[in-house]
Amino acid sequence: MISLPQIIFCYFAAAIITLSGMAVTLRNPVHCVLLVLLMFFHMAGVYLTLNAEFLAAVQIIVYAGAILVLYLFVVFLVNLKANAPTQRLNTSQPIGGAIAALLFALLLYGIPSFKLGTPGKWTVATLQQVGNTKALGIELFTTYLLPFEITGIILLVAVVGGIVLARRENEVTDTANTSHQDPEKEQR
Amino acid sequence: MIPITWYLILSAALLSIGVYGFLTRRNVIIMFLSIELMLNAAALNLVACSHYLGDLRGQTLTFFIIAVAAAEAAIGLAIVVCMFRNMHTVSVEEICQLKG
Repeated sequence: MISLPQIIFCYFAAAIITLSGMAVTLRNPVHCVLLVLLMFFHMAGVYLTLNAEFLAAVQIIVYAGAILVLYLFVVFLVNLKANAPTQRLNTSQPIGGAIAALLFALLLYGIPSFKLGTPGKWTVATLQQVGNTKALGIELFTTYLLPFEITGIILLVAVVGGIVLARRENEVTDTANTSHQDPEKEQR
Repeated sequence: MIPITWYLILSAALLSIGVYGFLTRRNVIIMFLSIELMLNAAALNLVACSHYLGDLRGQTLTFFIIAVAAAEAAIGLAIVVCMFRNMHTVSVEEICQLKG
């Protein structure tokens, strides 16, 4: 009947849907971010049922451990009075709900006609023999080397952009003022 | 064994919840969080197809999705911080003019 992997998957699926549904509904942004953090742990669990151990570890380390911590930092930096909604009536909720439900219905309509393509060479048996990390490394550094390098450049651009954007403005105006004042003083 | 349609339905549901959150919320940070939900739905779909096809393309693409999502979150949140410094609000309803 229903085997243990299916029960485990049903728990993960129910938890993911519930946590993300609560995360987009609650008023306090800190609660939303923490619920998404818990949801990412369950996503890592689903990756484990799909034989993707390296991706599960990367999901926890990068997504739950770095990206969501950044979100939490910004939420605390912004530091609004969390329970001060200006207007209670949110006119976009019925329209947003209708669009989301329409999208879900459209995707559900398209799923039964899904056919898997031709299988590749990394079957489950081969993957379990070699290990997911090594297999992903082989694929990443031979077939997908160019996207890997481009991803490195994207991360570099993100780092430089983040530093430039989040810099305080006072330092820029101070150096501009001091560099303009000295020649004027010398002329007088 | 778990049929692949279960994973596809879960991914579709997560995408719809992300779309609902993005269209409904007025806090910019929570809108970015809904974008992360949508990205995770796509990643789940890719990893599921990769598992059932016996190929690693889906997992490699998910790897890139996680990296690009990190870069996008960093820059997006830096913009939010700048915006908050100038306008002292993070509600999209009050950030509706390009001046200032």
